[in-house]
Amino acid sequence: MTFSPTLEERFSKLLDSYPEGKTRSAVIPMLLYAQDEIGSVTPELVQEVARRCRVTPLQVEEVVGYYSMLHRKPMGRIHLQVCTNISCMLVGAMELYGHASRKLGIGHKQVTADGQFSLEEVECMGACSWAPAIQTNYDFHYNVTPEKLDQLLDSLKKIQ
Amino acid sequence: MLLNKRHPEEVLVLTKRIHEPGYDGSIDAYLKHGGYKQYLKAVEMTPEQVIDEVKVSNLRGRGGAGFPTGMKWGFVPRQSEKPKYIVVNADESEPGTCKDRVLMENDPHLLIEGCLIAARTIGAQLGYIYIRGEYRFLVEITERAIDEAYKAGWLGENIQGTGQTFHLRAHTGAGAYECGEESALLESLEGKRGVPRIRPPFPAVSGLYQSPTILNNVETFAAVPSILEMGGKAWAALGIEKAGGTKLTCLTGHLNNPGVFELPLGYPVEKMINTVGGGIPKGRKLKAFIPGGSSCPVLTGDEAWPLTMDYDSMAKAGSMLGSGGVVVMDETTDMVKAALRIMHFYAHESCGWCIPCREGTTWLKKILHRLDEGHATAKDIDLVGDLAKNMLGRTFCPLGDAAALPTISIVHKFRHEFEAKIAHTAAPPTAEQLVALN
Repeated sequence: MTFSPTLEERFSKLLDSYPEGKTRSAVIPMLLYAQDEIGSVTPELVQEVARRCRVTPLQVEEVVGYYSMLHRKPMGRIHLQVCTNISCMLVGAMELYGHASRKLGIGHKQVTADGQFSLEEVECMGACSWAPAIQTNYDFHYNVTPEKLDQLLDSLKKIQ
Repeated sequence: MLLNKRHPEEVLVLTKRIHEPGYDGSIDAYLKHGGYKQYLKAVEMTPEQVIDEVKVSNLRGRGGAGFPTGMKWGFVPRQSEKPKYIVVNADESEPGTCKDRVLMENDPHLLIEGCLIAARTIGAQLGYIYIRGEYRFLVEITERAIDEAYKAGWLGENIQGTGQTFHLRAHTGAGAYECGEESALLESLEGKRGVPRIRPPFPAVSGLYQSPTILNNVETFAAVPSILEMGGKAWAALGIEKAGGTKLTCLTGHLNNPGVFELPLGYPVEKMINTVGGGIPKGRKLKAFIPGGSSCPVLTGDEAWPLTMDYDSMAKAGSMLGSGGVVVMDETTDMVKAALRIMHFYAHESCGWCIPCREGTTWLKKILHRLDEGHATAKDIDLVGDLAKNMLGRTFCPLGDAAALPTISIVHKFRHEFEAKIAHTAAPPTAEQLVALN
């Protein structure tokens, strides 16, 4: 598989980050960075990461099944993650998630027909003092209300 | 970027720089504000002296367990021929906790200096900062700071002419609460599923790649430079007996002024909610209180008001100080829903390694669902308590306890709310009735 020069650079830096013979440590970061670029963890990617980290494909498969941020199917261009854990729940996160779901017309881990948005109800994202919090891909948004969410989704739609 | 304003009640020790006007967290700013000086001080000291100073400071681990840091460092066999490692737990995922990010985002070199002092103390040449995957912005900030430190000679070989070599790397996780548990974090850092290891041996003796490892929370490492600066005794005096210093406290939930604040250990709960937190909105009453993340047993408002925020006070009241993630629930809170949401989390995050946790959390979630939706029977309330109690102490790591403890306390203290939800449910048909129906 070929990746962008930036990603290749990151990979070689990653493989240099661990002691001699410990390249298995690079498996999880490599999968995540590659997923950011190609959209999901494909069977080819599993093989590729196994080859580069000098582990078996099975050793890669087993972590793909474990970590919640790794997806075997592509998510939307904008992956909307709404935290509904306790601190967010207390200040309206359940209603916010319901609002997002109705607005986008999709449920948990689903993707809109045009591939623009996907939605996920996630566990605590570590923004509890500025709740309710959401993430669009890796960007955090704090103290989100349904109105703010509408504006945000509209602005993200316009970019395409 | 600071997400909330400084409160006058705060005692700024770890966060003192980030509240300086114009402070940007760059290495220039850090050095200008006295940064890396404590490392140079540590170089002049023997490892024993550094460990003693940390012991005198009464610093206890800030990740949740509260283990004395000096003692932990003292367990590392420094004479061992194996390489030694420094690992920072920046997998901040305990619900209610969002403090490490404040330090890492605004003063990344403070963490690097803490690591450097720890590395000097045990003779480690390599360290990793394990950052949760969702915090990609912090991975970038940390990598930038590490690059700056290499360029300025504070990382790498022969650091500032001391002859010490220390390399540091940022490592991203990919979404797993369990990886905040120290042995699961090490498994994950080795490229595997994040499942816990049986202990002993503890990481101090056999940690990363089966080598001696110091593994601490971000806030713990970040506290070390100020301990050397002030001296362990003065640092300890900021807090109370047996728990020195300050604690970054995350105020969350029903509050007028939520945020992350640096408060001395032993700070009164009442003042923390009403003064620092600005009180509960609309003058409502405090119904329930979680002192440090959703793994802690829940306290009722009446129990919580007279307490102080420290390890012993919370332990005496039957809870824990935990990670500093305070959750305030007002009188409108549905405690059945709260219990369900907490259990939903643990069922999702159980790594599946130990059966009591994997099965227990899933069944508890199902029963709590029934209770919440009004399909449960009176027996189900006891079943929740019994199931949760059977998880206690029967798992490799504390996740099983973390799921059971809040549940047991909520069912015990707010039983009337569970009873109210089943009051109008018809008794399910007996086996005989079902047979007769055929």
